[in-house]
Amino acid sequence: MDPATIQQQAIDLVGEAAELLAKTEELATAASQAAAQASSAMAGGDPFLGLFTIFVLACFIGYYVVWSVTPALHSPLMGVTNAISSVIIVGGLLAVGPAGDLDFSKVMGFMAVTLASVNIFGGFIVTHRMLSMFKKKK
Amino acid sequence: MEANFTGYAYLIASVCFILALRGLSSPETARRGNLLGITGMVIAVVTTLMDPGVLSYSMIILGILIGGSIGTVVALKIKMTALPQLVAAFHSLVGMAAVFVATAAFFNPSAYGIGAPGDIATGSMIELSLGAVIGAITFSGSLIAFAKLQGVMSGSPITFKGQHMLNALIAAAIVIGVIIMVSSQTASAYWLVVLLAFAIGFTLIIPIGGADMPVVVSMLNSYSGWAACGIGFTLSNPALIVTGALVGSSGAILSYIMCKGMNRSIVNVLLGGFGGDAATGPAADMGDKTVRSGAGADAAFIMKNASKVIIVPGYGMAVSQAQHALREMADVLKAEGVDVKYAIHPVAGRMPGHMNVLLAEANIPYDEVFELEEINHEFSTADVAFVIGANDVTNPVAKTDPTSPIAGMPILDVEKAGTVLFVKRSLSAGYAGVDNPLFYADSTMMLFGDAKTMTEEIVQGLA
Repeated sequence: MDPATIQQQAIDLVGEAAELLAKTEELATAASQAAAQASSAMAGGDPFLGLFTIFVLACFIGYYVVWSVTPALHSPLMGVTNAISSVIIVGGLLAVGPAGDLDFSKVMGFMAVTLASVNIFGGFIVTHRMLSMFKKKK
Repeated sequence: MEANFTGYAYLIASVCFILALRGLSSPETARRGNLLGITGMVIAVVTTLMDPGVLSYSMIILGILIGGSIGTVVALKIKMTALPQLVAAFHSLVGMAAVFVATAAFFNPSAYGIGAPGDIATGSMIELSLGAVIGAITFSGSLIAFAKLQGVMSGSPITFKGQHMLNALIAAAIVIGVIIMVSSQTASAYWLVVLLAFAIGFTLIIPIGGADMPVVVSMLNSYSGWAACGIGFTLSNPALIVTGALVGSSGAILSYIMCKGMNRSIVNVLLGGFGGDAATGPAADMGDKTVRSGAGADAAFIMKNASKVIIVPGYGMAVSQAQHALREMADVLKAEGVDVKYAIHPVAGRMPGHMNVLLAEANIPYDEVFELEEINHEFSTADVAFVIGANDVTNPVAKTDPTSPIAGMPILDVEKAGTVLFVKRSLSAGYAGVDNPLFYADSTMMLFGDAKTMTEEIVQGLA
């Protein structure tokens, strides 16, 4: 082969490589766009969907975890669920928390915090009292 | 970054709560579970206090101090027999707290970032009204359950004509009220809905009899969870949603277990009126049958010579506080070489697992206490079944008479034991109003008297 042909072939190859590169870039952009679309679909667009997913999955967890509770401890189970359901206190904290004068919604928040506190302390303590009674044969 | 931290903290709190329930799968891990529950609560509260919207702490500290001290004192003082009414009272507080939070969100939505007063996003409005309605039903329903369990009001069902119609009307009014409230967002619509929900809580629970309260208390446990869920959606707070779902399913499962223990459907329990005619139970046709009755000394003699005794405690034992005397009796028998076990029916006591707690309180080791399915096959090998303060749960009619109100209810097979000893005040029928033919069986000896006094007599007889 004469040098001219080799040169010509080399030029062709470079051209093809450049074309490939451009195609790859195009593909990569398309792929990242698709990924972005997919992830925004996963996030749900509507935040309610995400929360609802959490809710449904938590119901399943609750179902399996509660069935594994031994019947002998069903009273402490009620005590502890009662205590943790008072995590509703966070709603009260957000209502009473803002700076400013005492208004109606702050009073509501204060009442919620107080009632939930009765439950949190009472629930955990009474559960602890129950559980400390359960002893094995000596 | 700030928002991410909050999210992770709530996630950890949720995991703590799940593990708290998981710990209850055995008494050994249960205490650690309770500590994890406390940890989760502290994480959730501290995280919320760090929220940029929470700036003034004086009211918060005051509320926690007041509520915390009341809760602590009550929980430390309460007698274990009064546990069911305590739990009912606690449920009412969760319900009321949900109503307060929903009200705060309705009148000051900007604190929760769900809009401006009168212009709250429709989704948030629906979630908020669910929280308020379920919370209000939980509050008033639990109040009635508390009053019935505490004996403030009669435990017998209160029924009147058109009761179900009235409930249906109130329910329909609530649905319409919620629709109006969501679209108009007026304060008057909000208060109307809350008031109606309070009302239906009362009217739903009053027709349900005292002995059905285990189901009611479990169901209200469930409601308090769903109320928390509703509020969790309003606040977009995953920890609240997870916890609400856990509590909601827990209460639902407990109600299901209680209903199965009585072979009744939840609808049958909720429609109420059951057990109202206990006083007029059919006792007439049993008049010619003979009953063998004995004294404490006779029972002591029989049990001393037995090699295996199964004790069946019921609510009557709890009422007369006989559990400590019972433990004493069991201790003496065990010292004599008698094998002593306890059999617990799923609906014994006034709340799920109540009897187990009462026995544990009397220092009875939990590995001597068995559930119905675990021990039922052992009655045939037992010399004595010692039934104390229980009746319906031993009634063989449940297995033989399909027309009986207790037909199909799982029964402790005490009649298979060599001798059945019944500690009871009289021959009267139990809650279900059904006579127990076992009282007149040849192998049965009735020990008439107060459970505690009779058990003490037996202990003396054993000495």
